Amino acid sequence: MRIFDPHIHMTSRTTDDYQRMAAAGVQAVVEPSFWLGQPRSNPGSFTDYFDSLIGWEPFRASQYGIRHHCTISLNPKEANDPRCRPVLDLLPRYLNKDGVVAVGEIGYDSMTPEEDEAFAAQLALAIEHDLPALVHTPHRDKERGTERSLAVVAESNLDPSRVLLDHLNELTVEPAQKAGVWLGFSIYPDTKMSPDRMVAILRKHGLERMLVNSAADWGRSDPLLTQRTAEAMLAGGFTDDDVDRVMWRNPVEFYSLSGRLDLSDAGAVEATFAGNSILRGGS
Amino acid sequence: MTTLNDFRDALHGQGLLADEGWLAGAIAAVAADSAALPRLFPAAGRRCGRQDLPQLPGWSVDEAARAMLLAAVPAGQLAVALDITYHDGDAAEKLAVLKTLPWLPIGDAALPLVWDALRTNDTRLVAAALGPYATHLDDAAWRQAVLKCVFMGVPLSNVYGLTERADGELAAMLDSFARERRAAGRPVPADALTLLDQSRGAAKEA
Repeated sequence: MRIFDPHIHMTSRTTDDYQRMAAAGVQAVVEPSFWLGQPRSNPGSFTDYFDSLIGWEPFRASQYGIRHHCTISLNPKEANDPRCRPVLDLLPRYLNKDGVVAVGEIGYDSMTPEEDEAFAAQLALAIEHDLPALVHTPHRDKERGTERSLAVVAESNLDPSRVLLDHLNELTVEPAQKAGVWLGFSIYPDTKMSPDRMVAILRKHGLERMLVNSAADWGRSDPLLTQRTAEAMLAGGFTDDDVDRVMWRNPVEFYSLSGRLDLSDAGAVEATFAGNSILRGGS
Repeated sequence: MTTLNDFRDALHGQGLLADEGWLAGAIAAVAADSAALPRLFPAAGRRCGRQDLPQLPGWSVDEAARAMLLAAVPAGQLAVALDITYHDGDAAEKLAVLKTLPWLPIGDAALPLVWDALRTNDTRLVAAALGPYATHLDDAAWRQAVLKCVFMGVPLSNVYGLTERADGELAAMLDSFARERRAAGRPVPADALTLLDQSRGAAKEA
């Protein structure tokens, strides 16, 4: 089984997680930039974070044969902090990087005018850099937040087929499907979605444009819930090919819209330098 | 030693330097003004490809293309352009900057980039920092860097001019490392032992 986790915050996870994920069949991840739990006080704090998403984190992943790409944005929550707004001006530099496969995660947290503005500006950046967009739906007031996010996407010139709307559930799947966007589901131990509920959604709404992620971060979450969901799909009567479509081919197809997804070394056991193994167990 | 002409020939061999092609245009733009570099340098991988260059062992197409872009920067803008390109670069861009340093008329002005790379835990950057440009490093920094390679598992064959530069002080550091490993019942890498023997010999002669 090969798994592409299209939304996971590896910065917040240990190297042991990479090892367990590789053993479970995870060969590729996309790490969206997000809120770190502790508010940031200045744009420089973001550049160090973005630099790690295109520098250290892909290296850490490569040690376990996991291909790491990322998405870059000013997240909705911090878009409300005037100290962080100048981050919008720093984004073009990052959106030009090979490892950046979408603008994201953008969207709404509390649906403020500041969030409106940052959301629209970043959809425009996606068009300018020929990148797709990863749009998160809010935790609170999710139904209306989803509706409003889809309206903003419709008003932008970004084609819905270049948008992935994430953290969907039983109530928000239908409007998203109708709008023609890609559909993301985050499987969590307690909140968001569970493996069994996910299988029920796939049974009812089909496999087209459906993506499953662990969205694992610094909260209570589990990077192996993608694998648990794949197992639940098989137990629920789906075929190996169905699982491969949801867990690998769909995310590959979506992020390939960037023209930058490079999976040539996915699954390779360890990084090499000039053809030599450069890792003999560390110190 | 390889020259910039070898880079040019190798890229020509891949059909990448055609007059109307992306790379030729990018080189011309950078030669006119290094302000074009932040836009063009990151795009070299997806524009030119990333496969190995058979004519230039140890180099990939994107690295060689980036080397040509840096070589095109007007001399007066080079120090600032290198600083920005390295610090704003992703890992592949930083790697290309470090590997190209020996071919650029920069003297020891790019040493801060090498120090930065040697502070990282990215084995590719550490190894690239110890190419021919590392002759500008002072002895203390160079010895620490060699020992860091041993710790990180970077094969010492990546260190330029290793046996010529290894001295009694490095031998003492390696000896201490080897004793620490043996006391812990852990293996000592073979290339570190070989170097230890050689540096002891060098120390005796000196």
